[in-house]
Amino acid sequence: MGSHHSDRRQFLTESAALASLAAVGAVQSVSAQTPQADARLKDPLAYGQPSRFDNTVRKSLGNATPINDTALTTPLQDLDGIITPSGLHFLMDHINGIPEIDPKEHRLLVHGMVDRPLTFTMDEIKRFPSVSKVYFLECNANSRPLRGPNGDSVQLVHGRTSCSEWTGVLLSVLLKECGVQRDAQWIIAEGNEANKYTMSIPLVKSMDDILVAYAQNGEPVRPQNGYPLRLVVPGWEAIRSVKWLSRIAVVDTPAMSWHEAGNNADTRPDGKALGFRFELGPKSIITRPSGGQRLPGRGFYEITGLAWTGAGLVTKVEVSVDGGKTYKDAQLQEPVHRFAHTRFRFAWEWNGDEVVLQSRCTDEKGEVQPTIAEAAKILGVTPDYFLQADHFNGIQPWRINRDGSIQNALF
Amino acid sequence: MTIVLGVCATALAQGPTYRFGTAPSQDEIKARDTAISPAGRELPPGRGGVKEGATVYAQKCLACHGPDGTGTKLHRGLIPLGNSKPVKIPGSLVPYATTVWDFINRAMPSTKPGSLTPDEVYAVTAYVLFLNDVIEESTVLDAKTLPEVKMPNRDNFLAVEIDWKPGQRRPLGNYP
Repeated sequence: MGSHHSDRRQFLTESAALASLAAVGAVQSVSAQTPQADARLKDPLAYGQPSRFDNTVRKSLGNATPINDTALTTPLQDLDGIITPSGLHFLMDHINGIPEIDPKEHRLLVHGMVDRPLTFTMDEIKRFPSVSKVYFLECNANSRPLRGPNGDSVQLVHGRTSCSEWTGVLLSVLLKECGVQRDAQWIIAEGNEANKYTMSIPLVKSMDDILVAYAQNGEPVRPQNGYPLRLVVPGWEAIRSVKWLSRIAVVDTPAMSWHEAGNNADTRPDGKALGFRFELGPKSIITRPSGGQRLPGRGFYEITGLAWTGAGLVTKVEVSVDGGKTYKDAQLQEPVHRFAHTRFRFAWEWNGDEVVLQSRCTDEKGEVQPTIAEAAKILGVTPDYFLQADHFNGIQPWRINRDGSIQNALF
Repeated sequence: MTIVLGVCATALAQGPTYRFGTAPSQDEIKARDTAISPAGRELPPGRGGVKEGATVYAQKCLACHGPDGTGTKLHRGLIPLGNSKPVKIPGSLVPYATTVWDFINRAMPSTKPGSLTPDEVYAVTAYVLFLNDVIEESTVLDAKTLPEVKMPNRDNFLAVEIDWKPGQRRPLGNYP
């Protein structure tokens, strides 16, 4: 895995750590952070806020989820570029309140099928070589087709995905430090909130590219997003990216925990259920113009949106302004990051006629985002099947009416 | 410095490279290692039956879940999978009874998660499984009998396989 640090920085860090090893035999923990007062300064100039005229905020999915669940969606239609501001990151929590964790008290325990079980303080975790990556997260239930007024909002239909620059240590570094034993096949990651949320993840992914992140968009991860420590599992359904991470057990069988079995298992049309689904398919969404908006009149518009894929790199996004009869390549915002939202733009002139706009994503594995009809044909179901399916990555059509109003044209 | 780098290359291949962290005591690991696997090896001593479970339920669960679990769909029955229009409700999608025990143990009651004794968890698990016609009213659950309970839809779960490999192309139909 590459990092944003230069080789020289890495060299200095490792050399320094090893030099002190040689000198004293054991490394003492030192604070890696600027000393700070007990509480955050209340002066509004100490931490800037958006304009009072701006109303770019998350929206609740309302009663779509049971009691105690948090379901807040990112306002994709109001954002530009590829980074989601941390305060607008989607939340989909099956918990009772956001935990307040003092990083001085926080410990990450790694145990199970390892040669050397270890507990790490936050200061120790921050001493490991760091990696910064721009990664998207997406809830497995995102983009479930909605009908009615909610279906006309890109935020409510597709807003359970966000993209941040995450900084942390590779999970593989921590696991190697503990010495994973030969027969281990899974890890169980556990959060330190009241419910102690648990998730199983195959070891092969854990040794690949998973981040144990303590920073998001340059500052400490926000409490709602997992402060002080969380997993970020690139390209996989976000229920695997355990927040408030405090324990990793290396094991030979998955936990089959409630949130990976009962609550999130996928049913299939053949009557079988899948306990485990990981990678997300290629997806793209036009965020402007989109459902619920209104074009003020004919003339030039920039069609823009986001594309992403669990495969890694988005290689192409095409836009259709005739309901999918013909497609033309959109321009991708450079650089394109693997496992990140990719911004696309497409110049368009509206002549005032009724039209249907939609986009289609192709990824580095050559996989192409399907229409809902194509997806239904692959699975041998009717399109209604996707009303309760997860991991839906079908093409999203928006109809522009003659009066400029915009509607969801999926069904 | 060259010598130090040589040590580094060896250490990276062998294991502890940075030597951060401290070894936890066995007691600390035991206290924090609460997850119950499908085989139930980690289940604590204790036991509970349907009748005791109903009592605990009335005291600690009823306020949210309603009488007999009707309040938040705990008592919807376990709708069979294995047909062309499987109904997605949480209870039906539990492949192992240990999953129910583990979740009640760690997350319930939501006002005070983790506060139930092992006996209470066994009992409430028995009551919920009885409400859903999974076990008889006379069944008593403990570390031995709980993993033996076969959830109705167990055989409709595809075998748990680690079929993901970095860079591997997904099979057609793997999503959506």
